[in-house]
Amino acid sequence: MKSRFALLVAGMAAVTLLATPALAHRQWMLPSATTVSGDDVWVTVDAAVSNDLFYFEHFPMRLDTIRAWAPDGSEAKLENASTGRYRSTFDVHLTQKGTYKIASLSDGIGGSYTLNGEEKRLPRGTTADKLASAIPTGASDVKISEHVGRNEIFVTSGEPSDGVLKPTGKGLELEPITHPDDLIAGEEARFRFLIDGKPAPGIDVTIIPGGIRYRNQLNDKTLKTDAKGELAFTWPEPGFYWLNATAKDTNTGIPRATERRMSYVTTLEVQAP
Amino acid sequence: MKIRYHTVIAGLPLAAFGTGTLALPAQAAGIDLTVTIPRLHVAEYHRPYVAMWIEAKDKPDVRTLGIWYDYDMKKGEGTKWLRDVRMWWRKAGRSLTLPADGITGATRAPGPQKISFTAGRAPLGTLAPGHYELVVEAAREVGGRELVRLPFQWPAKTPQTVRATGNTELGAITAVIKP
Repeated sequence: MKSRFALLVAGMAAVTLLATPALAHRQWMLPSATTVSGDDVWVTVDAAVSNDLFYFEHFPMRLDTIRAWAPDGSEAKLENASTGRYRSTFDVHLTQKGTYKIASLSDGIGGSYTLNGEEKRLPRGTTADKLASAIPTGASDVKISEHVGRNEIFVTSGEPSDGVLKPTGKGLELEPITHPDDLIAGEEARFRFLIDGKPAPGIDVTIIPGGIRYRNQLNDKTLKTDAKGELAFTWPEPGFYWLNATAKDTNTGIPRATERRMSYVTTLEVQAP
Repeated sequence: MKIRYHTVIAGLPLAAFGTGTLALPAQAAGIDLTVTIPRLHVAEYHRPYVAMWIEAKDKPDVRTLGIWYDYDMKKGEGTKWLRDVRMWWRKAGRSLTLPADGITGATRAPGPQKISFTAGRAPLGTLAPGHYELVVEAAREVGGRELVRLPFQWPAKTPQTVRATGNTELGAITAVIKP
């Protein structure tokens, strides 16, 4: 029973890895708060894959790709972690003042080939070292792509800090100009997007307010980054927002892969003025 | 009481200031603030956290005059909810070390609550001449939040009374700007 469940979760996680905007499912982490005060502070985070934001209704997010960093750059522990049927959950003890980053990084391979006139998809969870054996001899029309995902959230104890906001220079990333824990309804926020550390112009960024279940319209906004890889957005209302940027290029190290698909997700809390 | 006292001073001819017979504290420029905490008939009542500060338009730095909160709970647990006084928390609270002398105060009961600030002394200190807003923000556990602004000119030539009233979490607020 237990092992079957674990398998189920693993299977779902693999789906998540390949999640692209073409799929309806949305992966998200939702912290109990992004702004906390006090001396002994914790946040608890729900992590799930669902259609509606932010309701855990479909799959849990896998925990083993999630890590947390303290304001000084050291790694923080995920505590009380567990995975249920619809969501994973964990706590982070904010022992330092400043901004923490909690991120899930994924790197997978997707693709298809044709064998004996039939199109087949690569098995889920195919890794670079198993790629060669995953494609049978005689296969034609091989299409391989690398899928790189970053899903991260930011929580701040006391005054916001910038240490964890420094880009890593790998894949699609957000380089905030406005601090992600300093967002106010009615105020404009500016964000810069980077690919491998360089500004990413002309990429699509979708912003969707939470609370989808109780309204008829998605109220999503899709913006394009400008020549500097930047965009500006004025938050219409307070609440949690889901932001998803996507991009693709050919800069992949996977053999036979023709493209790299990148996805960036963050959950942002916008305060009432 | 201070407000009434001050009215007396204001009514005196200017020459009176030179006599040295008046009580000195009353001559000091400053702000007498009355914040009315409304009496609410709710199932679960907790006294609100109240922050008071001075800000100038388009200037990011603000001066906190006071924060009334549960500062004496064990393990500093009362600080957990300071962020719910969210405008103050963003503008000033998160960069302060609390409790802070002259700023931290206990929560106060429903009714008019008086507090006075003297120019040149913490927490008011010195203010450059100009137009300011005194802001009072209240946030109540399991209740709501409200923010009231009182615009004023500093320094005042004669005592200026500024009034504003909240609708839900704050009642009448009066600031007397003393020259």
